[in-house]
Amino acid sequence: MDLGPIWLTAKLAAVTTLVLLALGTPLAWWLAHTQTRVKPAIEALTALPLVLPPTVLGFYLLILLHPGSAIGSLWVQATGDSLTFSFSGLVIASVVYSLPFMVQPLQTAFAGVGRAPLEAAASLRASPLGAFVSVAVPLSARGFLTASVLTFAHTVGEFGVVLMVGGNIPDETRVVSIAIYEHVETLRYADAHVLSAGLLAFSFVVLLVVYSINRRFPVHAI
Amino acid sequence: MPSESLELDVTAKLGAFDLEAALALPLDGITAVFGPSGGGKTTLLRTIAGFERARGRIALGGERWLDSSRRIHMAPHRRPVGCVFQDARLFGHLDVRGNLLFAARRARNGGATVDDVVAALDLGSLLHRPVADLSGGERQRVALARTLLTDAKLLLLDEPLSALDTERKADILSYLENLSVPMLYVSHAVDEVALLAERTLVLADGRVRAFGATREILERLDIQSITGRFEAGTLVRARVVEHDPQYHLTTLDVGGQHIVMPMSTRLAAGDFARVRVRARDVALATARPRALSIRNVLSGTLIDLVREEDSPFAEALVEVGDQHLQARITRASADELGLSVGQSVYALVKSATFDH
Repeated sequence: MDLGPIWLTAKLAAVTTLVLLALGTPLAWWLAHTQTRVKPAIEALTALPLVLPPTVLGFYLLILLHPGSAIGSLWVQATGDSLTFSFSGLVIASVVYSLPFMVQPLQTAFAGVGRAPLEAAASLRASPLGAFVSVAVPLSARGFLTASVLTFAHTVGEFGVVLMVGGNIPDETRVVSIAIYEHVETLRYADAHVLSAGLLAFSFVVLLVVYSINRRFPVHAI
Repeated sequence: MPSESLELDVTAKLGAFDLEAALALPLDGITAVFGPSGGGKTTLLRTIAGFERARGRIALGGERWLDSSRRIHMAPHRRPVGCVFQDARLFGHLDVRGNLLFAARRARNGGATVDDVVAALDLGSLLHRPVADLSGGERQRVALARTLLTDAKLLLLDEPLSALDTERKADILSYLENLSVPMLYVSHAVDEVALLAERTLVLADGRVRAFGATREILERLDIQSITGRFEAGTLVRARVVEHDPQYHLTTLDVGGQHIVMPMSTRLAAGDFARVRVRARDVALATARPRALSIRNVLSGTLIDLVREEDSPFAEALVEVGDQHLQARITRASADELGLSVGQSVYALVKSATFDH
């Protein structure tokens, strides 16, 4: 059996989760604490990937990232590589596609922590960053775990966007869902069965973990 | 040592409520903050700590914490104040020891040590307990201990002991009294703080109604109706003369005359105590009464008399030596006795309290 797609999928999901932890955390923090009037607009933008057909998202990303576009040509100049139909392009697409799965649980967790423990930390001389790292993050640990697991799993399950932006290049963009599609197209049902059953089991375990975390580790600020 | 003071001239708006306060708070000893709920006590503390957006000026010595005309707003964590919040606000992801170390690690000039506060607030048996398991009183003790560990120049205590029993509260209050750190202490229980606060600030409807020496504030007849929660009365400085173990009584010297109270073994003969005498426990007579169950009869001079309109009562202030007593009597008796300021009267004290 060809392990390439499985390895590639795991790599894509891991990199996407790490990038989204870095980008989604400040965005979720801002959304949880801002009082600006544009907050609903930003929240709606963040949630768009939940409702848009992946083909729409993929289509716009293709327009945005292809070598003739501003971003795409800059990337080609900098790396000599194309963003479309490459692993880097897939990471960008996955980050956009999985954004709400990172931001929403984190925003809920940060809002749940509230200002009270942060004020207490400030009165004990913790800087805003210090209070974030040593109070808000540990109190939101469950939110971080849920957000990371969901982001990872959702990236593993993406298909339409990958097909639009990445195509089907072995070891570059050929992730598990694409491989399954190809197996079915070429009537290799046995291979399709193995990968499909694998994804099914993986997704179930992930959701089981998420629901167990939410039930078993309630963390409260006193 | 001439003490610094916290100069304050601020307005803070919170929805429909607004706070306006201008005062110079000397940074020594304990200042009690009293007033009806919703009067602005918590908002005042939060404004000083930097948690509320306020306009105006706050400065400590030459250090400006707030000057809205110059767009200065010092971040809360840079202000050398320590806050104990009404709701304790312990960190749920840490145990008791972790909460204390959080503060100890960030204290710059090392105030109290962890061992000090653990001993003073009797936290030894709680150190490894998760904070979720603590009772309300235990939480308040940990929150207070945590704040005492910071090297604060001013402590802002918002009803920090409300969930503690009387005995424990008295122990902690006497510990706080002996700390050299100045504090603003919000409390609803006048007996709790009146005994140890040098100054009292009365806040109502977001305005400072009175600010001054606790004794004077408690004697001011005009603000007692505003504050409502005040149980009218005065603080009296008394010297312990002797204990009578047979009748369980302690004799005190008040302004050169003796009164007798239920015995307090916490005090030794010669000690000075502050005693709170409630106005409703004091009656007046124009001649020394005989054959009376009340043992405490003090002769003095009537120095103030306020007849409350549309009320059966009048408030009288009596000077006994260098001490003052307040009496709440009926307007009818005041008129019948023909009381007038300056005349000699006898104050009959039914009871008095001293907690420590």
